[in-house]
Amino acid sequence: MAILFQGTKQQELELKEVIEKHKDQRGALMPVLQKAQEIYGYLPIEVQKMIATGLKIPLEEIYGVATFYSLFSLNPKGKYRISVCLGTACYVKGSGDIFDAISQKLGIKNGECTPDGKFSLEACRCIGACGLAPVMTINDDVHGRLTVNDIDKILSQY
Amino acid sequence: METVNIKINNIPMTVKKGLTILEAAREAKIEIPTLCYLKEINEIGACRICVVEVKGAKSLVASCVYPVADGMEIFTHTQKVLDARKINLELLLSNHHQDCLACVRNNNCELQKLCLELGVTNSQEFKGEKQNFEIDNSAKHMYRDNNKCILCRRCVAVCSKNQDVSVIGCNDRGFKTHVGCAFEKGLGDTACVSCGQCIVACPTGALSEKDHTDKVWEAISDETKHVIVQPAPSVRVTLGEEFGLPIGTDVTGKLAAVLRRLGFDKVYDTDFAADLTIVEEANELIERIKTGGVLPMITSCSPGWINYMEHFFPEFIPNVSTCKSPQQMFGAIAKTWYAEKNNIDPKDIVVVSVMPCTAKKYEVDREYQNAAGENIPDVDISITTRELARMIKKARISFESLPDEEFDKSLGISTGAATIFGATGGVMEAALRTAVETLTNNKLDKIDFEEVRGLKDIKKASYKIDNLEIRVAVASGLANARKLLELVKSGEEKFNFIEIMACPGGCINGGGQPIQPASVRNFTDIRQKRLDALYNQDKNTKIRRSHENPAVVKIYQEYLEKPGSHKAHEILHTKYKEKSPF
Amino acid sequence: MKSIKDLNLISEQMKYIIDIRKNNTPTDNQYKKHILVCGGTGCTSSNSELILERLNQELQRHSLDDKIKTVKTGCFGLCALGPIMIVYPEGTFYSMVKPDDIPEIVESHLLNNQIVKRLVYSETLTDDGVKSLSETNFYKKQKRVALRNCGVINPESIDEYIATGGYQALSKVLTSKTPDDVINIIKDSGLRGRGGGGFPTGLKWSFAKASESDQKYVCCNADEGDPGAFMDRSILEGDPHVVIEAMAIAGYAIGASQGYVYIRAEYPIAVKRLEIAINQAKDYGLLGNNIFDSNFNFNLEIRLGAGAFVCGEETALMTSIEGHRGEPRPRPPFPAVKGLFEKPTVLNNVETYANIPQIIINGADWFASMGTEKSKGTKVFALGGKIKNTGLVEVPMGTTLREIIEEIGGGIPGGKKFKAAQTGGPSGGCIPAKHIDVPIDYDNLIAIGSMMGSGGLIVMDENNCMVDIAKFFLAFTVDESCGKCTPCRVGTKRLYEILDKITKGQGTMEDLDKLENLCYYIKENSLCGLGQTAPNPVLSTLKYFKDEYIDHIQNKKCTAGVCKDLLSFYILPDKCKGCTLCARKCPVGAISGGIKSPHVIDASKCIKCGACFDGCKFGAIIKK
Repeated sequence: MAILFQGTKQQELELKEVIEKHKDQRGALMPVLQKAQEIYGYLPIEVQKMIATGLKIPLEEIYGVATFYSLFSLNPKGKYRISVCLGTACYVKGSGDIFDAISQKLGIKNGECTPDGKFSLEACRCIGACGLAPVMTINDDVHGRLTVNDIDKILSQY
Repeated sequence: METVNIKINNIPMTVKKGLTILEAAREAKIEIPTLCYLKEINEIGACRICVVEVKGAKSLVASCVYPVADGMEIFTHTQKVLDARKINLELLLSNHHQDCLACVRNNNCELQKLCLELGVTNSQEFKGEKQNFEIDNSAKHMYRDNNKCILCRRCVAVCSKNQDVSVIGCNDRGFKTHVGCAFEKGLGDTACVSCGQCIVACPTGALSEKDHTDKVWEAISDETKHVIVQPAPSVRVTLGEEFGLPIGTDVTGKLAAVLRRLGFDKVYDTDFAADLTIVEEANELIERIKTGGVLPMITSCSPGWINYMEHFFPEFIPNVSTCKSPQQMFGAIAKTWYAEKNNIDPKDIVVVSVMPCTAKKYEVDREYQNAAGENIPDVDISITTRELARMIKKARISFESLPDEEFDKSLGISTGAATIFGATGGVMEAALRTAVETLTNNKLDKIDFEEVRGLKDIKKASYKIDNLEIRVAVASGLANARKLLELVKSGEEKFNFIEIMACPGGCINGGGQPIQPASVRNFTDIRQKRLDALYNQDKNTKIRRSHENPAVVKIYQEYLEKPGSHKAHEILHTKYKEKSPF
Repeated sequence: MKSIKDLNLISEQMKYIIDIRKNNTPTDNQYKKHILVCGGTGCTSSNSELILERLNQELQRHSLDDKIKTVKTGCFGLCALGPIMIVYPEGTFYSMVKPDDIPEIVESHLLNNQIVKRLVYSETLTDDGVKSLSETNFYKKQKRVALRNCGVINPESIDEYIATGGYQALSKVLTSKTPDDVINIIKDSGLRGRGGGGFPTGLKWSFAKASESDQKYVCCNADEGDPGAFMDRSILEGDPHVVIEAMAIAGYAIGASQGYVYIRAEYPIAVKRLEIAINQAKDYGLLGNNIFDSNFNFNLEIRLGAGAFVCGEETALMTSIEGHRGEPRPRPPFPAVKGLFEKPTVLNNVETYANIPQIIINGADWFASMGTEKSKGTKVFALGGKIKNTGLVEVPMGTTLREIIEEIGGGIPGGKKFKAAQTGGPSGGCIPAKHIDVPIDYDNLIAIGSMMGSGGLIVMDENNCMVDIAKFFLAFTVDESCGKCTPCRVGTKRLYEILDKITKGQGTMEDLDKLENLCYYIKENSLCGLGQTAPNPVLSTLKYFKDEYIDHIQNKKCTAGVCKDLLSFYILPDKCKGCTLCARKCPVGAISGGIKSPHVIDASKCIKCGACFDGCKFGAIIKK
């Protein structure tokens, strides 16, 4: 389902500034995509077209890059982005079960967003907090040493 | 020449330094199988079918990109190598909709051939999830069936490197990797220029032209229709390949014969219209030069180039000749002058073109291409060389044993200048022959403009005609076209006249031509062979100047008055429109 | 800064730092005590920022802020005990500190000299006070070279780095060594790449130096992709200048004036500190033009990764910096000849660079004196999984797994039995108990079917299923394969599917043969290191734990109790007290039963999440 693009003039100006700053730099595409995603939260076609025009890179090439790297998203994320670490250290301590339980509870799969736009769920590979395994993050909050039984309580805080 | 000493399968040999193992092995009379490798276009070592063993290497190496080194010992068919190639094919098959019997490339598929040669006996050796793609039929000229794609990326490479169009590329990653357009749009919703170079690069049936032969069969069997056919200049030097004749065989006589036997009411020739185009276009050039019109003028006969220009360089619209392409001029004349003269309602005439080109399928549907009135397209059906071959095979006509015949008069009369339209630089040379003689009112002794011939990316030449210096440039392949246009845009170079062909080498290498596998393309310049055949025909033709084509002369006398006349404009000229670059 | 004199001046001014923190000696400096709070990702995740904030507030409140210096450092290594703080000069080690503990620590310890015993790491507590951290089991067998400044200095202060001898190595090479000297020192030291393959670093540099070009590049791989390894992150967070200094030295050695650090975007703290460090180095003239008046120019740029494991592969990393899909390309040509932007390029990872300045300062022989015959120096391991002291440890090459796991790591919690240690991440293998005494170095690990990789070391116990672990790594590889070459794109997917079939109890013995054949095919035929090593987790588990595979296939059994399809949860009626907790915990309502009467699980509804199992206080729920 296509989501209506709601970019503002302000965002567009910001993006143009970024493009202007990077356009003569070699290998500018990645930094520009990263900044664009910071500005818009995701990389819809409207944004990628602006980048294509600004950096003189074919749209398909940009799309190919955007779909190659897992941190780039073509869809807006939820208000609260849940990211469960499925790195080895977390996995051997049961983060797979944590992920499944959240998925079950929210009724969404990896990369999806709840219909109300509140939560989105994704798996990530190691945030480097292996000492706290198993770990998940919700936006910038880190929740560590999790068990399946903690899920309800944590989600209810949001 | 610097050389290295190597051993291939224990046999010592000396080869040129810098060769790949693949090339060195070929010198040892071993053809290592390849899939993704296209020389100078796609050298990415991705498919791994060409692996060989190199003594001391920790794994098998991809011979297509691995250079030989002094003392190297190479083994090209050890058990390990043979097993690896077989597993590789089995894995490809495990994610391939094995629909060979109904596939357009059945019997002409590189994957199929390798499976046979390398001993794949169980096409279901590996079972598992298969990618499921919808067939993309959004473009006018072709299908993309990713279910048959093996991700060799040859199409991606030609689209970006040769053609600078870049509407296809690899999306996603890992097992989900697939070739597609931005945001998974259909090709028809992108800036695809319909050149079809991807199709001729594809080793499998993943990419194919839209087959319009059913429409032709239907027209032929409809007795109320007057069906006339026009094959393009280059088709006569490529069609033979479909019937096992050597690349570059001139089959003009058999072509006329076979078209007649297929049941067309009249067998005419696009070459006639090519001559007409030259007369009209040379006149346009002279007018522009004389009246201070927009220069450089750029040719308009390649519809892939026209699409490219409209999408990516719309600022050049005023520069492009307004002349329709020969295909369209033919149709326009057929449905006006020819219809009137023979008292046939143009609505009952079906013009079929046989083209080296897939963009022609797009061109027949363009706006401003209906000289006989609204809803009467100049050309009704455009099929490719490959589709014509398919018709011949379906009709079970023994092409190779046909006698040579002539095209019908008078829309089948042509000159040597028209023949060379099929090669890069050919339109330029044909136009120069006519323009120079018209400007100087003098018959040239030598009409070979060698400077604009050949396969160089961009060719430039300068001719002094009386007091006038004419600077010309020729580019084929759209990436080269871009380079040339950038030169013009920046003002770095000035030209009066430019020829651009979308396909590298011109129509002889068009997207509708017979498909030669990479194993041939990597070691033979098929373009050169096809091109030589065209120039050879030109050399041996009596009339070699378009303006001397008696049929063309007659049409102006009877109908169009003179080149560039109001009537000529109504019938033979067209318009262009800016399009989105995405 | 133009000369060594300037550098030494700062070093002298800052010397008190070393006195207090490293030598545990009081100084005349206004700050008599230093309190170091760990600001690594692990501790930050458990609120160390807030602890520092509270600490500063309390110090201010008691007017101690001009006598006691607080420092946010990088990772101490002992992440399991985080958040961590240390009070110097005496070195009191507080662990698992909460913000609310701060007032107590300030009042009791800082004002009244009474340490807060309940928060002190128990192992450091002695009858008459505390003992140094370096005497604890966790630290005493460690030898910190790459991690030497982590947890010691403020990573956002270039002066503190200089105080520990920072930038002395750069000044030394620029003023008294030729590029060839530098390369020879590195060669002689025996340093091998710490990121994966273990290629000799000096040799790599010499190749790049030998390539003629108008421009060359030095790159740093900080795209730590192994899920479970975090030493590179810790070094960048704890000691970013060491990487800058080393890259400048590499630039001088090969003749490059531009460097790139390619770093995971998932490491925001590391990125920020590296940015700060680069700016400081520029301000001091330690990056830029004419460094130490030597005519040597060197600049650094940061490039962020965007979530692609394959970008740890050198050619893929460069392709990514160039702004493309991070797909590897065939070698030759090698990066030393044709690398980034088609120019000669040297790429090393963070830990490799972190060794360089010390090698220059202390000499090749010093470095070569540590380690084994073919693997010199130390190696940092990220210890994780079923182990008490999760964290970062740095030990001399040749230390045994047993020493790391049992002594440094404190063994496996819960009295469980050691089953295997996984090293090398998705490219490595599982080492069984029988090899626990093998001295770890590059070659030994390969010999026993694993590899060093970046140094992730995940400990597994009897509750880990080895088929499941192999499947876990293959799922990772399938996800992270770039999709360019056939063996990796399709082959790993098929490997995964066979493993999945086995974990579901649907495998056959023929599948085992097929699995093994396919593994060898993928190893031999893949385009890059990712594919070539992807089968290792399968091959090593097949080698050492084949019986587990067979158990899954023939007996449809997962003894470890992990593979859900082979497993059911039951409630033992005689143990169930009918407390209803499990029924409430069950996310799918599969458990029913009245209050105070035994409950039952409806197997058709159960999703085997284990919430009931984890929650039951009476041990009434079993899985089999």
